[in-house]
Amino acid sequence: MNKRLPIGLAFVLLVLPCSLLVAFTHYPALRALANSFWNNGSSRRPSKFVGWDNYRAMMEDDRLAQVLANSAIYALGTVPLAIGLAIGMALLVNSKLPATGLMRLSFFMPTMLPMVAVANIWLFFYAPGIGLASQILSVFGLPPINFLGSTDTSLASMMVVAVWKEAGLFMIFYLAALQAVPANLKDAARLEGAGHVRVFFDVVLPLLRPTTIFVAVNALINAFRLVDHIIVMTRGGPNNSSALLLYYIYEVTFAHRDFAYGATLTVLMVVILGAMAAVQFWILDRKAHYQ
Amino acid sequence: MRLYTTSALPLVLGGALGLGAGAAAAADLEFYFPVGVNAPAVATIDELTSEWAAQNPEHTIKPVYAGNYEETTTKALTAAAAGNPPQVAVLLAIDIFTLVEEDVIVAISDIATTPEDEAWMDSFFPGFMKDARFEGKTYAIPFQRSTPVFYYNKDAFRAAGLDPEDPPETWDEMIEMGKKLTVKDANGNVTQWGTRIPNLGLAGAWMFGGLVVSKGDVLSADSGTEVSIDSPASIASLEFLLELAEEEVMAPGGISWGDTPKAFLEGQAASIWTSTGNLAFINENADFDWGVGFLPGGDGPGAPAGGGNLYVFKDATDEERAAAIDFMKFMTSPENAARWSIATGYVAPRPDAWELPIMQEYVAELPQARVALEQLPYAEREFATFQRAKVTQFLVEAIESVVTGDADPAAAVEAAQEKADDVLGDYR
Repeated sequence: MNKRLPIGLAFVLLVLPCSLLVAFTHYPALRALANSFWNNGSSRRPSKFVGWDNYRAMMEDDRLAQVLANSAIYALGTVPLAIGLAIGMALLVNSKLPATGLMRLSFFMPTMLPMVAVANIWLFFYAPGIGLASQILSVFGLPPINFLGSTDTSLASMMVVAVWKEAGLFMIFYLAALQAVPANLKDAARLEGAGHVRVFFDVVLPLLRPTTIFVAVNALINAFRLVDHIIVMTRGGPNNSSALLLYYIYEVTFAHRDFAYGATLTVLMVVILGAMAAVQFWILDRKAHYQ
Repeated sequence: MRLYTTSALPLVLGGALGLGAGAAAAADLEFYFPVGVNAPAVATIDELTSEWAAQNPEHTIKPVYAGNYEETTTKALTAAAAGNPPQVAVLLAIDIFTLVEEDVIVAISDIATTPEDEAWMDSFFPGFMKDARFEGKTYAIPFQRSTPVFYYNKDAFRAAGLDPEDPPETWDEMIEMGKKLTVKDANGNVTQWGTRIPNLGLAGAWMFGGLVVSKGDVLSADSGTEVSIDSPASIASLEFLLELAEEEVMAPGGISWGDTPKAFLEGQAASIWTSTGNLAFINENADFDWGVGFLPGGDGPGAPAGGGNLYVFKDATDEERAAAIDFMKFMTSPENAARWSIATGYVAPRPDAWELPIMQEYVAELPQARVALEQLPYAEREFATFQRAKVTQFLVEAIESVVTGDADPAAAVEAAQEKADDVLGDYR
């Protein structure tokens, strides 16, 4: 059995992680909460306590409504797509096909690139008329699509970039999980007459569930956390069609210098992420089968 | 002509500031600069700053490339809020109100007070000093000043049966000629558009400001507290943008700033509206005959002045301020203004730079470079207000919602005007 730590040592060991947590998570969160009740001061306009004004402004903010809708579409679109693609790629590189090493490398490559580099590659890809996408379309006699310049396609274009970037990383987790699936379970299923598809859905997929939950949690966090490509490629435009919540917070806080409203939006983001985390942990507790 | 010898300046300034013992105190400067065009700007900045450092061995300078204009302003303001701002920075001319409000810059006219200093500040084109002054003080020195011009592919003009020496001067001519310049392939897909006016983001708002000027109006007042976004000139300008797309002169939807020179060089656009700061890049890379003209105008010529000015940050010590002034004088000396202009295409911001032999030679070789200078008298200041980033966003949303077909011009400008008035009401 484990030896119990003396209480003093436990305290000492906890001080460092706790102080980091307080300094970089709890204090800023509480500070944001406090700031959200003040308005934004400057040399020409002193800051004053405004109570719920910022929250009232938030309720009436049309732009925020669009940003939240965009974020929801973005998360709901990128998470399942990235997971589906990751499982597909993992199955492919786990198969007995030739050149799986090369496949692993090329699938994993986008993950290794910094998001800003990825965004610049895709910027070139999407450029209407001159980019690769337009050239591929023109081979088939199709007109170029103004991917980033149209409100219909800009958000979807951002989602494709995110999926392309993320799926490779998730593939690695699935690959590890696939290799841990016991062969005898699959053999047993085959003996019972199950085909490939049946084996996958009834044996392999349930065993991948802990991985799927882990990946889904990460993908969802990334959907809110990663906005570098938005900054590089569209700056939320055109007409806010590709603006996500974190990008909006960045713009309001650092470009518009409206720290009070930025703090209010941050509180909203913390509440949303907290609620999602609670739901996810609830599912995690009920559904995950760890061995 | 060297404006100042190295060791005397801190003495002179120190005396002027009443500092008493103004020995050649050493200063370590940090210098933020943005790059907003496709030009070898970083290399030229590095060259100029190291020359200044070599001439002033007691000082050091660290040039920091800080991204595009908006990113550089954000970075400088954030660094200032954290107590660690650069001493000198090139930031958007239109950010003067934000910088004054945030109380992070010092008025140059407060720290450079000798008659020589005043002569220096008077040596620039008045058009470029207009947005460097506020409440009677000079807060900035013109450096990388630009204005958009009309670049056109003369070969494409010839192919369309148009006179390559006679670019369009009015909106009507633009549409008429543009229709002839648009080329389609066998499938009916456009392979070459008649023209290309960026209409997205801050750059889109800049170009839009020029359209409005050519209709005889300006979007913002010098006070920084009044805007007129919902004017007839604005609506006419938006309608012109829509008409260009309807008549298939320009691609419909949003058009990015960054791809514009590339689209021109690749032959995807027969003409483009972009900054004179792209002149060197286009000159270097165009494999066709090209010309530059005034921006076609609604009622007459019109353009926005734009680009960046040099600012000195408040946190700088007296020694650093003195060194910063010396550095700015070096960067804006007629010779260096000419070099910077030749390397990039930015408009050298002082008349005497244009009279130097190197500049005369350059203009003789590349007459296109003179067009921006000739267009300058028709240029008005760029859209600038207090809360610049926020208020410009309203204008950007109005333009973007119209060009993407989400709103009609009158409703879009009315909404933007209302939101802008709401924010600026506090400042009046």
